[in-house]
Amino acid sequence: MAQTAIDIDIDEIIERYPGKPEYLIFLLQDIQAAFNYISSEALTLVCDHTGVPEAQAYAVATFYNSFSLEPKGENLIHVCLGTACHLKGSGLIAENLMRKLGLDGPGTTEDLKYTVETVNCLGACALAPVALVNGDYQPKVTSPKLMKTVQKLGDE
Amino acid sequence: MQVTAKDTADLRLGSLEELEQLRGELRAAEDPDQTRIIVCHGTGCIANGSAGVTKALKAALAAAGEDIEVMPGIKTTGCHGFCSRGPLVIIKPKNIFYQQVKPGDAEEIVQKTIKAGETVERLLYEHPQTGEKIETTEDIPFYAGQQRVVLANIGQIDPTKIDDAFRVGAYAGAAKALTNMEPKEVIEAVINSGLRGRGGAGFPTGIKWNLAAKHEGGQKYVLCNADEGDPGAFMDRSVMEGDPHAVVEGMIIGGYAIGADTGYVYVRAEYPLAIKHLEKALVDARAYGLLGENILGSGFNFDIRINRGAGAFVCGEETALMRSVEGKVGEPVPRPPYPSDKGLFGKPSVLNNVETWANVSRILDKGADWFAGLGTEKSKGTKVFALVGKVNNVGLVEVPMGIKLREIVMEIGGGVPGSDHFKAVQTGGPSGGCLPWQDADLPVDFDSLIAAGSMMGSGGMIVMDDRDCMVDVAKYFLGFLEEESCGKCFPCRLGVPRLRETLNRFSKGQGTVEDIDDLYSLAEAIKAGSLCALGGTAPNAVLSTLRYFRDEYEAHILEHRCPAGVCKDLITYSIDPEVCTGCRACARACPQNAVTGEKKKPHTIDESLCIRCGMCFESCKFGAVQVQ
Repeated sequence: MAQTAIDIDIDEIIERYPGKPEYLIFLLQDIQAAFNYISSEALTLVCDHTGVPEAQAYAVATFYNSFSLEPKGENLIHVCLGTACHLKGSGLIAENLMRKLGLDGPGTTEDLKYTVETVNCLGACALAPVALVNGDYQPKVTSPKLMKTVQKLGDE
Repeated sequence: MQVTAKDTADLRLGSLEELEQLRGELRAAEDPDQTRIIVCHGTGCIANGSAGVTKALKAALAAAGEDIEVMPGIKTTGCHGFCSRGPLVIIKPKNIFYQQVKPGDAEEIVQKTIKAGETVERLLYEHPQTGEKIETTEDIPFYAGQQRVVLANIGQIDPTKIDDAFRVGAYAGAAKALTNMEPKEVIEAVINSGLRGRGGAGFPTGIKWNLAAKHEGGQKYVLCNADEGDPGAFMDRSVMEGDPHAVVEGMIIGGYAIGADTGYVYVRAEYPLAIKHLEKALVDARAYGLLGENILGSGFNFDIRINRGAGAFVCGEETALMRSVEGKVGEPVPRPPYPSDKGLFGKPSVLNNVETWANVSRILDKGADWFAGLGTEKSKGTKVFALVGKVNNVGLVEVPMGIKLREIVMEIGGGVPGSDHFKAVQTGGPSGGCLPWQDADLPVDFDSLIAAGSMMGSGGMIVMDDRDCMVDVAKYFLGFLEEESCGKCFPCRLGVPRLRETLNRFSKGQGTVEDIDDLYSLAEAIKAGSLCALGGTAPNAVLSTLRYFRDEYEAHILEHRCPAGVCKDLITYSIDPEVCTGCRACARACPQNAVTGEKKKPHTIDESLCIRCGMCFESCKFGAVQVQ
């Protein structure tokens, strides 16, 4: 699991960039990609390396949508809420999926199995409404189709 | 990926002449009559399975013993405009256009088209109105009405191969600028071309450059805004995915013109393929000595690096973007000082968007006069639009400025499915507005769109039909901006949510006509008081829909009715007993158990249990579920 790998990989990630404040976002992105979230230990290490005060790094980590300070679920589902998708009912699709998974809004299920997030536009408007399930585009999704795909992941 | 010294020594181009010689050799080696298969590998086509088609075609060709090159990895979602009909396969040199190709079709394509020279009828594009089958790319109305300047190479070249780019003339403009022109002359050429920024505001590009160039000596920067955040827009992504060298070349020219040695491309993290292709382009350009020291023997040094965005719409604003590149929170800062005086790391900087940079390459290659001959008096050149929503041909269209809205949507776009008109066309992203059918003959250029209450924006063009509610659309954009507001200045932070809350009430059938007056005064305050364009333009969605669709607002407020059947609190779902087959699909789908009825007999919906989630509507294969 990702969390146990933290001691092994984090130093390697930190060493990828020079110790300058301008590399803060690069480092956070790489850590987010490797561990699915940014732990407070990781944030401290990044601050030590780049010389950015922790308060400022925390501000950055909470400002940008792509960073998460909490672990995310095993399966990551993005529902696109871009304009073209919105017109084709993606708002309802997101709501229905979250209701099915017992979520009140975008977030992670208690069993850490799923994280549902909404995204403003994937730039794949020809496929609207579109969702990303673990990075795979699901063109022209409907609520029943998406639920089936998501259910299958849980069964695996 | 570092290219070793040995590799670069072999490839480096030392001068304009060496570049021209290489291009000549590459062109001579190409046989224009050679049969080639082009498989669209843009994000859209890949999502529809084009990788499987490429594999199947390769296997079928190998089995047939044909030595024909399959060129995958070429295009983007916008590529040929029929992304929703992808995967697309084009057979050169005749440009036979196949759509919705499946791996199972590969054998037939190889046997019939490649070996026997016949077309496979069922894979051809069918005209949406006449039903006529169209054989080649050029004859499809979608392309016939376009004028491709920025998109010219997209779909023609493999974006991961710099040789392909050289063949179609990449870096010719930069070579000319660096070798034969003084920086001042480059700026003059861009001014004379009349190019205005394609990112939204339409500021004259050359004048912006001039402001930064005036600071003599010292560190300066050029930046490329590839944080294409407007929902419903993917022009820049397609350019980066399909022709990344056009962006790199434009930035080299810009760097030379203003005296910058470093460029930054700020790309949305949601665009992994664009980042990959750009990275490859940078590596190749360095290997050929087009980036790095003493480019083409001109003595000019320049290199580019990529910053990935981290998911903040406001970073599309230039000052916020620069803060983000510095590794900080992406909040805008007041202007002046303008970035041309004090930008990235406090140094004079020029930021242009992807499409602008690509245009710069073309202008330097073909000349300012050529570019100034395109478009209208005040809006020169072409504009790429992402035509999406309720339109038959979804995709990227590049048209001369000044073309009528009707031509784009009804002719190039093939019209609105099931209707002879559009209800509204939304342009300019969240900052823009909705234009009604009455404005169908409006010329599309920077100034006409602003006069009509919208704006050019970066080029999203979203077509809406009678099933789309204007109150809902306005509410959608406000919700978007509320979430994306950085929160620094209060007119935006507090004003936008108040606008949205008022519309929320309307969509529940509450509120009064006086609320509309309040919307106007609040909108004025937000416009006047916001720090950056995100807040300053936020009220446009409300103002433009009120201007053209006031009836629809009043229907919500006075009649408690949503004429388009969208606003949840004002609609009811019912089942048409004549059409219902009693298959129970809707009953199984309903999370509330609100659908009842015996198997094989018409079902009914208990309105008191219904939460209007639309699951019954989506699960019905017979169209028996109705929304009113």
